[in-house]
Amino acid sequence: MNVAKRTFDAVIVGAGGAGLRAALQLSEAGLKTAVLTKVFPTRSHTVAAQGGVAASLGNSTEDNWHWHMYDTVKGSDWLGDQDAIEFMCKKANEVVIELEHYGMPFDRTDNGKIYQRPFGGHSMNYGQAPVMRSCAAADRTGHAMLHALYQRNVRANTQFFVEWMALDLIRDADGDVLGVTAMEMETGEVSIFHAKATVFATGGAGRIYYSSTNAFINTGDGVGMAARAGIPLEDMEFWQFHPTGVAGAGVLITEGVRGEGGILRNASGERFMERYAPNLKDLASRDVVSRAMTTEINEGRGCGPDKDHVLLDITHLSPDTIMKRLPGIREIAIQFAGVDPIKAPIPVVPTCHYQMGGIPTNYKGQVVVPKDGNPNSPVAGFYAAGECACASVHGANRLGTNSLLDLLVFGKSAGETVVEDFQSGQLKLKPLPADAADVSLARLARLDGQTKGESVFDVGLEMRRTMQKHAGVFRFDALLKEGVQKIGEVAERAKRTEISDQSKVWNVARMEALELDNLIEVARATMVSAEARKESRGAHVRDDAPDTPENPNGRDDANWLKHTLWYSEGNRLDYKPVNLKPLSDDVEPIALAKRTY
Amino acid sequence: MTKRTVHFKIYRYDPDKDEKPYMQDISVELEPSDKKLLDALVRLRAKDDSMSFRRSCREGVCGSDAMNINGKNGLACLTDIDSLEQPVTLRPLPGLPVIRDLIVDMTQFFKQYHSIKPYLVNNDPAPERERLQTPEDREELNGLYECILCACCSTSCPSFWWNPDKFVGPAGLLAAYRFLADTRDQDTNARLDNLEDPYRLFRCHSIMNCVDVCPKGLNPTRAIGKIKDMMVRRAV
Repeated sequence: MNVAKRTFDAVIVGAGGAGLRAALQLSEAGLKTAVLTKVFPTRSHTVAAQGGVAASLGNSTEDNWHWHMYDTVKGSDWLGDQDAIEFMCKKANEVVIELEHYGMPFDRTDNGKIYQRPFGGHSMNYGQAPVMRSCAAADRTGHAMLHALYQRNVRANTQFFVEWMALDLIRDADGDVLGVTAMEMETGEVSIFHAKATVFATGGAGRIYYSSTNAFINTGDGVGMAARAGIPLEDMEFWQFHPTGVAGAGVLITEGVRGEGGILRNASGERFMERYAPNLKDLASRDVVSRAMTTEINEGRGCGPDKDHVLLDITHLSPDTIMKRLPGIREIAIQFAGVDPIKAPIPVVPTCHYQMGGIPTNYKGQVVVPKDGNPNSPVAGFYAAGECACASVHGANRLGTNSLLDLLVFGKSAGETVVEDFQSGQLKLKPLPADAADVSLARLARLDGQTKGESVFDVGLEMRRTMQKHAGVFRFDALLKEGVQKIGEVAERAKRTEISDQSKVWNVARMEALELDNLIEVARATMVSAEARKESRGAHVRDDAPDTPENPNGRDDANWLKHTLWYSEGNRLDYKPVNLKPLSDDVEPIALAKRTY
Repeated sequence: MTKRTVHFKIYRYDPDKDEKPYMQDISVELEPSDKKLLDALVRLRAKDDSMSFRRSCREGVCGSDAMNINGKNGLACLTDIDSLEQPVTLRPLPGLPVIRDLIVDMTQFFKQYHSIKPYLVNNDPAPERERLQTPEDREELNGLYECILCACCSTSCPSFWWNPDKFVGPAGLLAAYRFLADTRDQDTNARLDNLEDPYRLFRCHSIMNCVDVCPKGLNPTRAIGKIKDMMVRRAV
């Protein structure tokens, strides 16, 4: 196959919030930048974020970044790196105000400032009471943000390659990153994007689970590409199950519903969160609420004929508040649950939502790997931001509204680092290896030539069912062990996928087969990392690591206060220390403590 | 709920092998959990993986899966499959070049969107904090900013069919008014100049197909009327 070569200063893969924010930095600095995206930018999954973006603006209640940092570290169950968390919380006001200046239509307070609402796990004065920290545009914050970022990129003349799917990362013999291969959907043609800097902003891989709030496109493309190229994946055992996916449909209902006063109820109408989180109740952090809901359901207090969900009740809110603050939720409830939340509660279940782990980075957005005794040695030419990256600010559990903040802060930071490295002359256009496209071409040739193979649909379904059953909200040693074996079998089947569509033009079957390769890397990383971590922490809770006086909540800091690193080759695991030291002297380290809400 | 079968008539065209487009009769058996047209199409793809369409969020916010459903534009993910008369006839969005099956080339649509300068213009030095806006002024943006750029409206508009290169179309004009209505934007005159042309704005004849099909319940015709009002007010 003929492989065209295109050369840029920088190539960004992904045009969601993180990719667009990074692109803005590069375009405005005058770097020749290509942004590859497999969907038109405003179709990226940032568009589906609802409830808000965190920033301690203090527009409605007193607030400061110290409190935000404390909440984030506690929310992460101390697995988050405190330097990155300090950086993010300190930068929050700046990046949110920038968006307002770009034209983002935030809701407003009576005095004209950005409207803020309470959100799970966010508190004032180190856990005392809920704080209003989530900056919101109704319940369409992600949509408003993504469109504002795209619009600003239109103004900056950013060059997009729309409906181009990145295939593989190109590294040379030194391990340096030289760009990616990518396929244009409309023609099926493969090109090499050769660049001094490569930025991954490819989002998450929530589609490894059967029940997910995630879009079809959330297939972990960057994470899979990195893993295949020998980059380890960090903390992949930590997946967030959002408490309120619409039962049966999986579609997200924002935590902002509870921020506006919504209450979770079991079959007897009890506000059960009072028992699990006496202080913050329905606004406890997501892992806590999802476990409480699952426990209610498992113990027979679920709702409906099959007792398989709980109810999210906002019937006590005024219709006016619902129409003004939660109009999109009302549409979703009517469309996907068949109920008008003004009149009846919404059936909800915990649903896979967010990947806390990902490609290891530092707070500057540089991809870092263990090398020569340094656990965090930057990979030359490689950067990542947003859900595909692990900075790590979310640790073992992310707080709601911190994902939109993450993609703004680290999208910008990665962009700034690329610009600095470019302007200092540190970034070089290294020569492409002769075999730069061979891996991608071999994958495509294998797929085109496969006979008597496996259906992409069937293998994908088996993967999703396996993940759902073996690595869910609660985890069990025996199920995890079995899960490792099963996902290995699924991975073997995925090597023999066959498609019948042989067209060059917009071949969805080919795209889905290539996406499955990426999902499989993520699924393997998740299962193997989860099986190995013999403690409970944040979103990873095991039956054999219960709450004891020595190990509160089952967390075993003596042995497991460390980041997992999973290598695709040989399913190998490694670990690196958590950074408990903040970035500056402005703040003391947040000391380890038992998490209660 | 029992299993049910849905019969489709679907526009098929693969330029790699088909001399010309054709309508394919095809049926699919649904699972009880399949509620939306998109669920049925995904089920269909498991049967015939060459069936091509765009999709992503499956909840009506990304705007990918717009198509012509029984003669009317809409989003597959927000259309109840049981509400549709059978056979369900699916065609690509009208008036745009077809790339393959239900996938259209949206270049012209986005070109028009870009032509209205879809970004806030404010040349004052950026303040340290947010620019203030009253809740009432912010409310002016409701019904405008929620557009998902699915193109259901513009591709149901006869004026856009006849002059896709000259008429901005309902989606682009809705976006234009979104910025005209924003108290933070300072580019009012230039924005109006940009639309003062026999085609760009004035090809709208208030047929209101756009309003009829918008999956988000938005009203481009009203926004266009408001732009026309601003032009008149500016002229006197």
